[in-house]
Order: sequence, then C-alpha cells, then structure tokens
Amino acid sequence: MPRPSLPRLRTRSAVLASAALASALVLTGCSSSGDGGSPSDGKTTLTVGTFGTFGYKEAGLYDAYMKQNPGITIKENPTTVEGNYWTALQTRLSGGGLDDVQALEVGRISLATSEDLADAFVDLSDAPGVDKKSYLPWKWDQATTADGRTIGLGTDVGPMAICYRQDLFKAAGLPSDPESVGKLWAGDWAKFVEAAQRYQAKAPKGTFFMDSASGLFNAVVSSSTVQYYKDGKLAYKDSPSVENAWDLAAKAVQGRTSQGLKMFDTPWQTAFSKSTFATTVCPSWQQANIQQFSGPANKGKWNIAQPPAAGNWGGSFLAVPSSGKNVDEAKKLVAWLTAPEQQAKVFQKVGNIPANQAAYDLPGVVDYKNAYIGPDAATGLIFSTAAKAIKPAETGPRAGDLTGAFGTGVLLMEQNGKSPAEAWNATVRQIDSTIQ
Amino acid sequence: MHRWDTKGTPYALVAPFFLVFAAFGLFPLLYTGWLSFHRVSLYNVDRAEWVGLRNYTDLFTGQVAHYFWNALLNTVTLGALATIPQLLMALGLAHLLNYRLRARGFLRTALLAPYATSVAAATLVFALIFSPEGGMANWLLGLFGAGPVQWEAGRWTSQFAISVIVTWRWTGYNALIYLAAMQAVPRELYEAAALDGASRWQQFLHVTVPALRPTILFTVIVSTIGATQLFGEPYLFGGQSGHQGGADHQYETLGILMYDQGFHSSMLGRASAVAWIMFALLLLIGLVNALITRRLRASQ
Repeated sequence: MPRPSLPRLRTRSAVLASAALASALVLTGCSSSGDGGSPSDGKTTLTVGTFGTFGYKEAGLYDAYMKQNPGITIKENPTTVEGNYWTALQTRLSGGGLDDVQALEVGRISLATSEDLADAFVDLSDAPGVDKKSYLPWKWDQATTADGRTIGLGTDVGPMAICYRQDLFKAAGLPSDPESVGKLWAGDWAKFVEAAQRYQAKAPKGTFFMDSASGLFNAVVSSSTVQYYKDGKLAYKDSPSVENAWDLAAKAVQGRTSQGLKMFDTPWQTAFSKSTFATTVCPSWQQANIQQFSGPANKGKWNIAQPPAAGNWGGSFLAVPSSGKNVDEAKKLVAWLTAPEQQAKVFQKVGNIPANQAAYDLPGVVDYKNAYIGPDAATGLIFSTAAKAIKPAETGPRAGDLTGAFGTGVLLMEQNGKSPAEAWNATVRQIDSTIQ
Repeated sequence: MHRWDTKGTPYALVAPFFLVFAAFGLFPLLYTGWLSFHRVSLYNVDRAEWVGLRNYTDLFTGQVAHYFWNALLNTVTLGALATIPQLLMALGLAHLLNYRLRARGFLRTALLAPYATSVAAATLVFALIFSPEGGMANWLLGLFGAGPVQWEAGRWTSQFAISVIVTWRWTGYNALIYLAAMQAVPRELYEAAALDGASRWQQFLHVTVPALRPTILFTVIVSTIGATQLFGEPYLFGGQSGHQGGADHQYETLGILMYDQGFHSSMLGRASAVAWIMFALLLLIGLVNALITRRLRASQ
C-alpha cells in the first residue's frame, strides 16, 4: 500500500532486459523462470512474493521454518506498493515466473476467486495443519470459490481505530484521554466530522484535524456492510455508504479540516514528522507507519481511541499458484505461516492483527500495548474487539480498483479544487472507462 | 577464400542485429497490432475476443475519448515545454564551452552527469523539491512572499515541474552534440567575422547557427521522439496517482495512457491500440523530418 519502490522497479526491468538479450543471443526459448525449484543437492528453494509489511522476516519466522525443515530455503521477493505488486502478478499469470507463494490483498481476492483466475491457484483447505474453524469465518469465505475451493489463507485483517495526537487535542481544547476522545464520535462518522470542525476552530497554527479526506472516505465505506457491490453487481452509484462517505469527505474538505495529503506518498510521510495533523484513521497495520514516519521525537504524543464504527480496511491472504514446481512444500509453508502462533508473533512485531482468531487468546495479543502509541491504551483489546465486531461486506472482482478510483476522486475535491459534483462526475467517468 | 565465405560472412556478421530486431522489435509490433483488434485482459491473454476497430473508436469517440484527447494534448504541451527551452539552453551552453575556458575538460564531462543519472533517482529528487510539504520550490517562492503552490495538482504547474526534470536530464546531452558540431566549424570563419567587427553574439547568430543547422534538426527530431514517448518522469512524479498522470489526468501522456489501460485496467487490446497510434504518430514525425531535410538540402 505505501509508496512505489523505485529502485526495485528499475532493477527488475534491467534484469529482465539483460536476461531477454542473453537468451536471444544463444537462441534458446527457455530461460529459468525465477530462482525457485532447482532441486540441486536435495534442497528446495521456496519463493514468497509479498507487498507492504507482512512481518515474517521481522518476526524471524523464515529462519525458524528453515531450522525446522533443513531441506528448505525460503526467499522473499518484497514489493512496497500493492498496486505495482498486483500489476506484476497479473502479467506473470499469463507470462510465467510466479513465486511459489503469492500474497493477495483483500481488494483482489474476489477477482482471484472468480472463474477467470481461480484455476491459477491451488486449494488450501486440505493443506497439512489447516484448521478452518480457527480463521475468522468471513475471512475464510472471502477466499473460497463458488465450488468450494479455498485459494488463500488469511494473514491479517484491518480492524480500524482512530490514532490521534494527544498534545494537539489538548491545545485545541478537546478532551484528550482515549475514553473521552472515543465518546466524541461514538457511533457515527458524522460526529467525527463535527469534532473536526470543533478542533479546527481553535487549532494550533498550521495544523489540521485529519491527514486526508480520502482516508475518511475509505473509513466510512469500510465500516458499512453495503459498499461497492450488491447482489453480485456493481452498485456504487446507489450505495448509501458511498453517498454518505462522499458527503462527509466533501464536508471535511470544505471546512478545511483536512490537510489534503495523498496517503502513502512522500509528503504524507513527511507530515507525520512535522506534526501537522491531529488524527489519522488507524487500521492495525497503520501503527507501523505512524511509528516509522513520526520518528523518535514524537514518541508518546500519539494515542489510540475507538472508531465511530467498527470496520475493516485491508488485510491479506497467502495463495499458492498451481503452476509452481513445489506446490506441496509451498502449501505446508503457507499453513504454518498463517497458524495462530505465527500470526501472534507477527502481530507483536509489526502490529498486523491476525486473521486467525485463535491467535487472539494467545498471550501478548489481547493484552498487547504499543510502547510508541498510547503506551497505556489497551491497543490489543481495541483491535481484537474491533476484529470480532467486523460485519462482512459483499466485495466484487474490482473492489481494489474502485477503492483506488474513489481515493483519487476525493483528491479531486481536495487538491484540484473541484466541486463535489464535478469530482463525482469525473470519478464515475473514470470508473465507467475502466470497469465494465 | 571461398566465394561463399566472402558472400556469406557479412550476412552472418549482421545477422545478430536483425535476429534480435525481429524478436524484440518486429514481432512485438505485429503482435501488438493483432491485439489491438481484440478485447483481451492482461491475465488471460489466451482468451482474446475479436472486436474489430472497437478499441480505436473507443479511443477517438467512445468511452476513453476524453482521456485520449487529453493525453494527446498533454503530450504536445509537455513536449513543447520540455524540448524548446532544453535545446535553446543546450545551444547556449555549447557556445560557451566552445571558448577557451579554465577546466573546460571537466565542465564538458560534467555536462553528461545528469544524463547518466537514472530517471528514477532524478524524479525522486525533483518530487521532493516540488513537494508541498517543505519542498525547496515553495521555500524559494516564500522568500519572495509568494504563497505555497500545489505543484502536482495544477495542470500547468505539474507540467512545468515535469519539464524541469526532463530539461535537467537532457540539456547536457544535447549540448555535447552541439559542441561536437561546433568544433567542426572552420576557425577562419570566426576570424574573418571578427575582422569584420562582428561581436560574439553576431558570430553566434551568423556563423555558428547556420553551420549547425543539420545538427539542430537532428536534435529536434530525437527530442520530439523522446517527448512523444515521455513516460518515466510523469509516472514517477505522480506517486500513487502516477499511473493515470495525476488525480485529474492533468499530466497524463500517451505513454501513461497506454500503461494505465494495459497494466492498471488490464485492457491489453485498448493499450495496444494506443501503442499503434503512437507508432503512427512517430512515423508521421519521421516523414515531416524527411521533407524538411530534403528542402534544406535543396536550398543550399
């Protein structure tokens, strides 16, 4: 989800170009596709394609697995931005060169389980050690095809909270302890926008209530059970949550309560360290960003509160492409990586809330506290409660693209000075031209 | 030597180029042409459905027409913004470096440094300079009391910023080409002009520029082709919305439109149609170039 990883894009194309040239000169059609699968000296190399922060390396899980399974070497191919990752993955689905394990983001899972793509991945419900009951049921269902094959095992979910700057709230005359802050907007996103106006009226100079109106838009849609699809059809034009989210975002923009940053881009990252906004929507994975970009100087200034409504933003799956050479070994690895004990370790290291609900009862999860963000807040409890309260929404094949299109649509109001009606029309035109 | 050797060897020696060209130039060209008449998605290339000219009509008058004409216009304006100042500056720089200067060798080599920098690195640095959050461009404007500019959001401000990147990268390269051509201008012409009392500026206008005419034409053509294919700078400059050339498509070029349609919306057929239109455009530019060259030769 964060920024494009530029150097990586470059190296990959350079390698591709030189590989292509080399194979042309010797006039052979087959070049090695990736580094997986050569069974030299009885060893198997498994490659894992990921984006953003999955935390396996950070939590030492690859090393642990290789120690337990001496014949296995694991190599991760990480990408920073999910959009770039997905583009490359689509290209390789027809061109070859997939990793043994490929991560899939929740916005893509419906497309991956559709008739068009489902055959590209193997069924994981029978992988050794997989216990269906331990995964959040809606998460399991999202990755299951119409004919009952489960092509992805859930790694994490994105229950939302609101992270806020305690010092800025105090300076603007708002309550600042997590409980009263949560009460400011309990139950309704409209109250969140009202709180924004209260903040802005007495805001410390140069600060804004929120980082981005697109973030607000996404949060409102994410906490509704009807989002972009209804009964298997694209229904964003009549979706009450989309309409409500659009109006609230417009209100936030018109009240100048949002700084108007493009989430995940460099200026957004810089703004964290310059303390120019007071809140950001905080799906569990956002904790890592806040800590990284705000830096040591702002330690202890952030806190975390209940959101206006429970919702899910993000979260991923691990899938095994059926074209792989080590399908059985890859299935074993995926089952192990998504088991409760491993997910608990990832959570403690990078803050991704487990999709495996059995992990919530393990020590260090429910009672988890984040030393950087509100050291006294019951962070683990807030997130695991929110995760259990998530009501699944219907998603569709192009959900990920719709999220992107609407994020850009809100930017049109926020950065390009378009009226809500103009921006809405431009967004609809954009969607009509790309999604049929 | 056998006759076969003398006849065959040259062919064998040039063969690698033509084989590689056939594999990586000709085949993709024809395949793209074939794809442009199909409806085909990126992840299922085997399942292509014949749609005739629909991809082209979509671009010219249909669903994507708005974006296509916008991208075509942007390609022209961005191209002009980036190419014209770039070539003028290169000419001026080359003229200065043609004098006897101290550290001339070093300065000449330094000209190539921006060209050797990767697009990604250069764009990243300039994206920081034009960033609304503590960017150097806004800080400079602030010194003169001008308000902060949202560089990326505006049509002209974003195109200006991008053309600065392109100009920065290519000016030195063109200056070196001009410099090489200037060295071939006979010294006597300058001496004669100086004897006639021509100032340096007059020498530049009446001796250097006419002598450089074919070189200038060459660089104009090469830069025009480069501008038509402009992709990396605007794409990377846009960050998250780079794939569509900004939230409002305000700096979407034809190259970006092609990428967006093919790899972001996975409509390979439509992307191929854009590719072919770009190809046709380049052929047209080549034709115009040939005509002008012939005219120039005739007038000499």
